[in-house]
Amino acid sequence: MSQEKFDAIVVGAGPSGNAAAYTLARKGLNVLQLERGEYPGSKNVQGAILYAKALEEIIPDFRESAPLERHIIEQRLWMLDDSSYVGMHYRSEDFNEDRPSRYTILRAQFDKWFSQQVRDAGAVLLCETTVTELLRDESGRVIGVATDRDNGTVYADVVILAEGVNGLVGRRSKLREELQPESVALAVKEMHFLPKDVIDARFNLKGGEGVVIEGMGTITEGMTGTAFIYTNNESLSVGIGCLVSDLAQTGRSPAGLLEAFKNHPSVKPLLAGSEIKEYAAHLIPEGGLKAMPELFGDGWIVVGDAGHFVNAVHREGSNLAMTTGRLAAETVADLKQRGVPCSKANLRAYTKRLEDCFVMKDMKKYKDIPSFLHGNRHLFDLYPRLVSKAAQNWFRVDGKDKLTKEKEILTSFRKGRTLSGLLGDAFKMARAWR
Amino acid sequence: MTKLEMGAAAQTAVKVEEKLFYNRYLVDAGRPHITVRPHDTPSAALLALTRICPAGCYSQADGGQVEIASDGCMECGTCRVLCGESGDIEWNYPRGGFGVLYKFG
Repeated sequence: MSQEKFDAIVVGAGPSGNAAAYTLARKGLNVLQLERGEYPGSKNVQGAILYAKALEEIIPDFRESAPLERHIIEQRLWMLDDSSYVGMHYRSEDFNEDRPSRYTILRAQFDKWFSQQVRDAGAVLLCETTVTELLRDESGRVIGVATDRDNGTVYADVVILAEGVNGLVGRRSKLREELQPESVALAVKEMHFLPKDVIDARFNLKGGEGVVIEGMGTITEGMTGTAFIYTNNESLSVGIGCLVSDLAQTGRSPAGLLEAFKNHPSVKPLLAGSEIKEYAAHLIPEGGLKAMPELFGDGWIVVGDAGHFVNAVHREGSNLAMTTGRLAAETVADLKQRGVPCSKANLRAYTKRLEDCFVMKDMKKYKDIPSFLHGNRHLFDLYPRLVSKAAQNWFRVDGKDKLTKEKEILTSFRKGRTLSGLLGDAFKMARAWR
Repeated sequence: MTKLEMGAAAQTAVKVEEKLFYNRYLVDAGRPHITVRPHDTPSAALLALTRICPAGCYSQADGGQVEIASDGCMECGTCRVLCGESGDIEWNYPRGGFGVLYKFG
């Protein structure tokens, strides 16, 4: 491969890798980006929601050329039992603004676009190239990467690992421990195609408006997980995900869970008549702060999913990926400009940048949520059933007086979970959320 | 398993295969990127994969051993997380350019 030594090698062409490579190239660094797929995006899977702010910080006028599907004007949170959902919907005309903050995207198309911006900025992209390991000098400092191409070694001052959730290169190079099954969710997704006007009518939309539905409840059969439906221009992204540890323990098939979700009486009419064109699976790092690996060392730095940068509660990941990619690149570019090496001591500035922004603030705020969710199956089974039953009792007009109804509802909660159990759950939730 | 559960399991198994037909793959013929270590009795984790692999790549042979056919693999890494450390399987990404090719992602 090239005998040239690069300022930086970026492993991976997803949101974090593209953000890093773009930022570096724009600052005049000589960047090589390696991607194992046939084209950027061909291996990448996401729901997918794009959070505009993170991309605006990198490409302020992205709306002029990026392939965006719909901007989100309505969020629906559903708690489902077997025959019902209790929903919290928020819809606002205020979201029909000049610069909307959330869009649905199709990652294969979006990543291709982002990658074009990276190349236009001057980075060199090499696809169909799988990085196999990091190269080190005698002192242990990372000096480049080996790939699966013939004579496939290539050298750089720093390697930015934007390799995604599996993080195989970093793991093989002993930069981090193996992912724990409790810390990753397996999500499966189908792309359901429908005419645009059908989607508009079914979801009460016009123009480029979009809806996001996030669901939790008995659809995951007590496992920690959620399901989603996102409206794209002419398709719906429909998926469900659960922690790998829960799936392994129950032996439930993710494809089976997805079928059941699609056939839920509240979901089925939304999908009726659709044509499925793709089925995808992907891991999501959901272990939070406590599952985060080392983020930098001599000659290397980690961004995006490989660094476990996901806020599972708020369904945020790609924005953390882009932000960490940008911050890592700014750290490296700053060192380059000052003429100092990308040593572990110097790369510590990356941590400071992460802590000064929402990335680490949010990771820290929610550090106890993953263990709370994992240790509390009631949230995904018992509570949705109780809430649904209560709502049904309340809304049925059946000749029963209201005081009796109130008593019945309270009794069903206390029978289901005991008063101390209810209070304990509320307390633990409040403490984890704080 | 009850009759109903067996029916549901069979239905799910068929559906996974059907789902994979929607996808595009460039199969690296003769070079599977995942291999199962030869064994007499499969571990609990290997057995779990016969049920939870989203592409249905893992199955049990007549003798009870777990086998893999990785052609339909979506490269999610679930099996790697469950069985990589124990050595039950050896997991690599497909060679550059091979494997699943998402059109929408």
